[in-house]
Amino acid sequence: MRKLKEFIIEKLILVCGLASIFFVVLIFLFLLKEGLSVFKSISLPDFLFGKNWYPISDPPQLGILPLILGSLLVTVGAAAISIPLGVGAAIYIAEIAPAKSKEVLKAGIELLAAIPSVVLGFIGMVTLVPWVKNIFHLPTGLTALSGSIMLAFMATPTIVSIAEDALYSVPKTYKEGAFALGATHWQTIYRVLLPAASSGILAAVMLGIGRVIGETMAVMMITGNSAIIPNSILQPVRTLTATIAAEMGEAVVGSEHYFALFAIGIVLFVISFAVNVTADLFLHKRK
Amino acid sequence: MAKIKVNNLNLWYGSFQALKGVYANFAEKKITAIIGPSGCGKSTMLRVFNRMNDLIEGVRTSGEIIIDNLNVLGEETDLVALRKKVGIVFQRPNPFPLSVYENIVFGIRVHEQPRKKAELNGIVEESLKSVLLWDELKDKLKMPALHLSLEQKQRLCIARLIAVKPDVVLMDEPCSTLDPQATARIEELMRELRKNYTIIIVTHNMQQAARVSDDTGFMLLGELVEFGATHEIFTAPKDKRTEDYITGRYG
Repeated sequence: MRKLKEFIIEKLILVCGLASIFFVVLIFLFLLKEGLSVFKSISLPDFLFGKNWYPISDPPQLGILPLILGSLLVTVGAAAISIPLGVGAAIYIAEIAPAKSKEVLKAGIELLAAIPSVVLGFIGMVTLVPWVKNIFHLPTGLTALSGSIMLAFMATPTIVSIAEDALYSVPKTYKEGAFALGATHWQTIYRVLLPAASSGILAAVMLGIGRVIGETMAVMMITGNSAIIPNSILQPVRTLTATIAAEMGEAVVGSEHYFALFAIGIVLFVISFAVNVTADLFLHKRK
Repeated sequence: MAKIKVNNLNLWYGSFQALKGVYANFAEKKITAIIGPSGCGKSTMLRVFNRMNDLIEGVRTSGEIIIDNLNVLGEETDLVALRKKVGIVFQRPNPFPLSVYENIVFGIRVHEQPRKKAELNGIVEESLKSVLLWDELKDKLKMPALHLSLEQKQRLCIARLIAVKPDVVLMDEPCSTLDPQATARIEELMRELRKNYTIIIVTHNMQQAARVSDDTGFMLLGELVEFGATHEIFTAPKDKRTEDYITGRYG
């Protein structure tokens, strides 16, 4: 009787494990099947490097270069803000903050991670967007810069908590050794602790960026959504994610536009997969 | 001549008193061993000489330690200068996760003494030669220090220290993770280093103290019970507790 129970439970757990893989494979296959259909009417280079995204003109123009550049610009901007901020905060929490404020800070960072992106987008819309508009004297504050700043808020908690973890797990003997040779606290941090934790910090950065690339709601609300090739961070842009979210509802099922949106999904999937694998490589190197 | 004078040194970790009224004079260019059972305060004693104890929260000290007219325990003591003058080798070899070369020039880099490349190379060679690693590692200076053997790591840690030209070398059970052959070679190195440095070594291993040191101090429960020439401590201890310890009645 007991054996039978063990057997059933074991198999149930096995089914749960297999199901998760099964669904991932199904989703991926569906994405491929729908997405690849677009290449019956447009070549891969024309799709990736085409400069015009007019999906409902006749014939439709399905170049996603403006969208890729939009995503890239917002991501690079967010990275430029969140990496120094996040790594700096991680160093402060791991090394400098007194034990008491450390706990408060860590809790605060986790709370920041818990803010839903639509709320961040909303806050950005009513506070940041008018601010950007007035400071730079722009016709609109809905720009790549606004998106970068809001997304930096989303990437920072990930970067801080993983980088802090990496710094904290550097053996204490390194620190002792550096102090014993007469290094100051800051010299110890940048000459010993940062290099020792470098792979963990890189992983933190990659995971933070991964979060930014996949983010949809906040960017859709504050980047302006115009599918043109941006030549400055102060212009409206449209990202890959926002395009799918905004247009999927109105695309006719089975049309080229519909297939193109799925193909954008594949592009996004490939990018996030690459970022996550890179992060994973760094994390494993650490161990 | 006394290099280090310790007068009525007391140290507390919070409310626990780890060192109790220690008086001692450490001779220049000699090896002084501090022995005693676990928890007797010998490592604490060693680490106070270059204020490594400051890294632990809640440490208080009283009394004085004078090294060449410098009051180590003074509030305004320049810790960077102190640690350059008084270096320490730890129980577990702790090379930085950098190359062999970068480990050795680390001290020079943090003390911001601008050096030419050739000069740095000279210092690396000299330091590695003084710990007898040069022949093994001269072609592998770019190798990560973490790939060395345990003994090589410990030698590298000593070389890294010598590169900043300290006066005093503190050693906190430097052989406790090494095998007997490696231990013998490190001890040989200590005798070699004695020509130029004042060495204080904490050891668990009484035979090691007897083999390498000129003077020995025996500590028990935070007190320095007896301090004197090594051959006297080991052959004719004056204190009953010292005798009991070295004859193996406890510890």
